[in-house]
Amino acid sequence: MRLPTAKPASPATRALEVVPPSGPTAWLTTFTAGAMTFLCVFALALSLASGRLATRWSEALAKTATIRLSAPEEQVQIQTDAILAALATTPGIASYRLIDEAETTRLLEPWFGPGLPIEDLPIPRLIEVVEADPPYDSDGLKQRLTAEAPGAILDDHTRWRRPLAEAASRIRLLGVLSIALIGATMAAMITLAARAALATNSEEIRVLRLVGAKDSYIARAFVRRFTLRTLGGAAFGAAAGLLGVAALPAADAAGGFLTGLGFTGWDWLWPLALPPLAAILAFLATRRAAFQKLRELT
Amino acid sequence: MITFENVAYSYGGGELLSDVSLKLAPGSFHFLTGPSGAGKSTFLKLAYAELRPTSGRVTLFDNDVTKLSRDDIARTRRRIGIVHQDCKFLDHMTLAANMALPFTVSDRESDHKDMEDLLSWVGLQHLADALPPQLSGGERQRAALARAVIVDPDIILADEPTGNVDWEMSLRILTLLVELNKMGKTILVATHDLNLIRQAKAQIQARVLRIAKHRVQLAGADL
Repeated sequence: MRLPTAKPASPATRALEVVPPSGPTAWLTTFTAGAMTFLCVFALALSLASGRLATRWSEALAKTATIRLSAPEEQVQIQTDAILAALATTPGIASYRLIDEAETTRLLEPWFGPGLPIEDLPIPRLIEVVEADPPYDSDGLKQRLTAEAPGAILDDHTRWRRPLAEAASRIRLLGVLSIALIGATMAAMITLAARAALATNSEEIRVLRLVGAKDSYIARAFVRRFTLRTLGGAAFGAAAGLLGVAALPAADAAGGFLTGLGFTGWDWLWPLALPPLAAILAFLATRRAAFQKLRELT
Repeated sequence: MITFENVAYSYGGGELLSDVSLKLAPGSFHFLTGPSGAGKSTFLKLAYAELRPTSGRVTLFDNDVTKLSRDDIARTRRRIGIVHQDCKFLDHMTLAANMALPFTVSDRESDHKDMEDLLSWVGLQHLADALPPQLSGGERQRAALARAVIVDPDIILADEPTGNVDWEMSLRILTLLVELNKMGKTILVATHDLNLIRQAKAQIQARVLRIAKHRVQLAGADL
């Protein structure tokens, strides 16, 4: 005769045993957790990448400015000299550089195609200015240039920078919002699944209450089960998501802002934190659902 | 052990029980009888805190039921053995595991020897490994009784324990209940089987409570 005492089991394992093995719907929780974590990895990648992008654009563009000089041909050299002289005496400028014709041609090539006789076009002169720390007074420099070289326009890139940086941080906000929604959805689905499981097993729960089981004992069995299922699903989803992100084409300088979706350095640790976070979420959601449902049963 | 003081219980519609006052003394044997739907099960549910009285006071082991938390109720039920007419088990666990359930849920170990003794006392030692759905009605009743007494409760509440079994099995269950009473347990059996009550009265001193017109009265010798 085999008696329960014949096989020693920890109280937690025995608590698992008192709930009947769940039917074919059990894998749905695992699947949901997996799918949600998979999506979460991408939302995370999006947020981190756009965060990086916003910083990069702000920093890179903030440090340089361009002075563009369009003047009648005979005035060009005079005004160029005037600009260079002005820059040399303006505090807050780390360096400045006159971009020569060859480089200008190279810069324009992507827009006009090679072989265009741009020598015949009135191409403005470009001077790159790198700001120092503390930076120069932009308005002051503009006024000085207007006086000394009327054809010069100082472009400090704020016009470009601001909308781009704003767009990037907006995308990051969307990413964070997506992560929050994914988390909330996962909690909602697990709650529903746990409630369904509790409802299906209401007869068993009645028996357990009748023989003197506390709510915490009954809840333990369900909570453990759902937490483990979620952990398993989330681990799988995170792994799949990471593979997906790793398989994205590598970011290069030219297309950086499109293909930059991914993780760099320590960012790779974030997706690894997702399965434990999902498990904690499942633990809390199931526990709450279990105690709520148990109070409905006597 | 269990005290009712001016207890009333009403469902949404009308009053099912009213003005019930009685006391179950330790070691007593009571029958509760009355027509179907008179409130026998409700009375028992009040006695094991499944239901709370709509008015009056039910006291279990000197504790007012309305003041018990859910955990207190769980702890109280470990001192009360409950047997139902349609006894429920956990169908995916063996009979032996089901009988050990009151121990399992309180994180205690059941004693191997006690278990074997109990199984042979109810004559089910050969079915220890069987699953509950494989048992007959009489076997289920005896298994439920064994599960109810395994933690050595002070009180045994049985709701129609012989409702689904033949006369011979009824007598066997009655004998088990009588033996428990002789061991000092307080017993309350709800039944509409008057023959069973007569049979019991021949063996022990049993009192009969009758539910009539929403009230619980002590019946005389008119059975």
